[in-house]
Amino acid sequence: MTAARRITNEIISYHWFIKVMMLLVGVGVVASLLRFVYGLGATTNLNDTYPWGLWISFDVVTAVPLAAGAFTLGAIVHCFGIKKLEPLVRPAIVTGFLGYSLVSIGLLLDLGQPQRGWHVFRYWNVHSPMFEVSMCVAAYTTVLFLEFLSPVCERFGLHLPLRLLRWIEMPLVVAAAAISTLHQSTLGTFFLIAVDKLHNLWYNPLLPLLFWISAICTGMCIIIIEASACHKWMGQPNEGVLLRTLAKILPWSLGLYIFVRLFSLFALSDGPFFDRPILSLLFFLELGFGFILPFFMFMQKSIRDNDRRRVIAACLVIFGLILNRFNVSMFGMMDPNQIYYPSVIESLVTIGIIAGHILFFVLIARYFPIFEHHPETVDYSIPDHFHKIESDALPKNSSAAKAH
Amino acid sequence: MSKIDTSKNNAFLIDMTKCTGCRGCQVACKQWNQLEAEETEFFSGEGYQNPPAMSEYTFTRIKFRDFQKNGQNEFAFYKEMCMHCNEPACASVCPVGAFEKTAEGPVIYKADRCIGCRFCMIACPFGVPKYEWSKGLPLVKKCTGCHGRIKEGLEPACATACAMAISYGPRDEMIKLAEQRLARYPDRYINKVYGKEEAGGTSVIYLTSLPFDELGFKSVTLRPLPGYTWQALRMVPGVFLSVGGGLSAFSWITHRRERLKREQQAEQAELDVIELKEDQ
Repeated sequence: MTAARRITNEIISYHWFIKVMMLLVGVGVVASLLRFVYGLGATTNLNDTYPWGLWISFDVVTAVPLAAGAFTLGAIVHCFGIKKLEPLVRPAIVTGFLGYSLVSIGLLLDLGQPQRGWHVFRYWNVHSPMFEVSMCVAAYTTVLFLEFLSPVCERFGLHLPLRLLRWIEMPLVVAAAAISTLHQSTLGTFFLIAVDKLHNLWYNPLLPLLFWISAICTGMCIIIIEASACHKWMGQPNEGVLLRTLAKILPWSLGLYIFVRLFSLFALSDGPFFDRPILSLLFFLELGFGFILPFFMFMQKSIRDNDRRRVIAACLVIFGLILNRFNVSMFGMMDPNQIYYPSVIESLVTIGIIAGHILFFVLIARYFPIFEHHPETVDYSIPDHFHKIESDALPKNSSAAKAH
Repeated sequence: MSKIDTSKNNAFLIDMTKCTGCRGCQVACKQWNQLEAEETEFFSGEGYQNPPAMSEYTFTRIKFRDFQKNGQNEFAFYKEMCMHCNEPACASVCPVGAFEKTAEGPVIYKADRCIGCRFCMIACPFGVPKYEWSKGLPLVKKCTGCHGRIKEGLEPACATACAMAISYGPRDEMIKLAEQRLARYPDRYINKVYGKEEAGGTSVIYLTSLPFDELGFKSVTLRPLPGYTWQALRMVPGVFLSVGGGLSAFSWITHRRERLKREQQAEQAELDVIELKEDQ
């Protein structure tokens, strides 16, 4: 059998769901090519009143916090030493790496002059939140790529780079958390300039802080959903015990978010708040169903310990976050006389990006050891001679690892 | 952003009580900047105005509003254009620094730098920057303040074309002139110089006989806009160092604790072995 034949057979053997995802990605690619052929005006519903639409609101402002699981979990496991959550780290890193790569693609599609994207690195403007986010996204995508290289090197048995990667693991985890803190919050800074445009329900000087805290909450919820989905549909072991630990942290971070949100609304914002009924409704949906309800749900032990209810609460937080980002970047700035809604091509591109994320995750999980990685079987102390990883498989510190 | 003495900037003083709405400025702007004509319909916008809005082809226009006075239909209008802010929001948010407040007054746009992210359009409190929506690789378009002309000692095209409503000169003199007119004819004007403090001060200032909000002027903060984002962005290096340093310290402590525990266990195991041997 030739290589081409083998690849074709392999693809034919895929589950129908993967094939549908491939189709959606293909449609998205065609739609994004149309954007360059016919121009932004003809293919999108963007105009001089709405210079930013679905691509910025979802592909950038929402997708970045949705990919926050990697840095949150990295810090929890490696910096705060809750080592038993380690099996969740690798899938989170893959999700983060895919998420940020797709954010970069989404951002490039939205740019008028994507071929000049590198100008950001040449003409620095430190006063620009966009400059800050671009630098951070570039740096963090690199960090995630390096972290993602570990399963790739394990797959191909490359010991030397693997050792190098293990050596820089801790610096990478710290860098990931520091860089993420910056750009997750700076996405909120974006909208501080829209001082007379963004509605009072969302405009307040603490937007950057709120964006950062909600990104951390989302990062943990995404991990809960992802691990549960992998258990249900990809035949992975149930990580319920670990997710329970994660769910215990959530009431604290959600509580902090709700506190800062209400403080910034009542103490730092000026009314009128409830002058537009639709915006008021969106606000109550976002804060009530998206943050306060799951806060009380995660407080209950019975919900934290139940696999199904825990996922429902996590989904509510994701709903709240997505609605919050759309409220800030789209609905809250809308002119009631001229409503923006995304065009078919804009929607197809965004659907293609989401499908691409799922597709690549499933494919990477199929070909690379992202779930099989169990840290208690790996010796993290670097031996002083090369090519000994396999013979070191029986760990020196296995008793210590189990003691946690 | 370098500090520029904005009082010596050139500024437009636009006295709407002297404007007849002839739109000579609109035509002069199109001619000088060689902007294409737009196919439009009359009464397509809010009133007796054409084109309906500023666009990639129209950097300035007379904006009309109909209103009734003593039972008679009247026109209210003003000249809409880039305000050439003293501290421009567009320049502060642009990731590649494509906007620059020049020492002569105009805020200029460097098309060869622009990456087309449209943040300037979100940031501008006056809705001035417009986009080439029809193009595959679009750029931003806006009033240039005729920077090329004024560097050669000429006045901007619109100011040259205007019969009497536009005065052009150093900003402090224009403000003085505006205040003199307000003092001399208090019943002719609304007692306000728009642009003196709006968005931290602009290089286009207006006098009118009608309330500014009725004319369609946007209500704009008096604080310079770059400060709103800078108050958060200035903390970036500190946050980076404290989060990075804090987490490094924290992980050093947890790792050390782990190592000590491991060593203790190994020692304990050794002792156990020795004890076991002694027992035997």
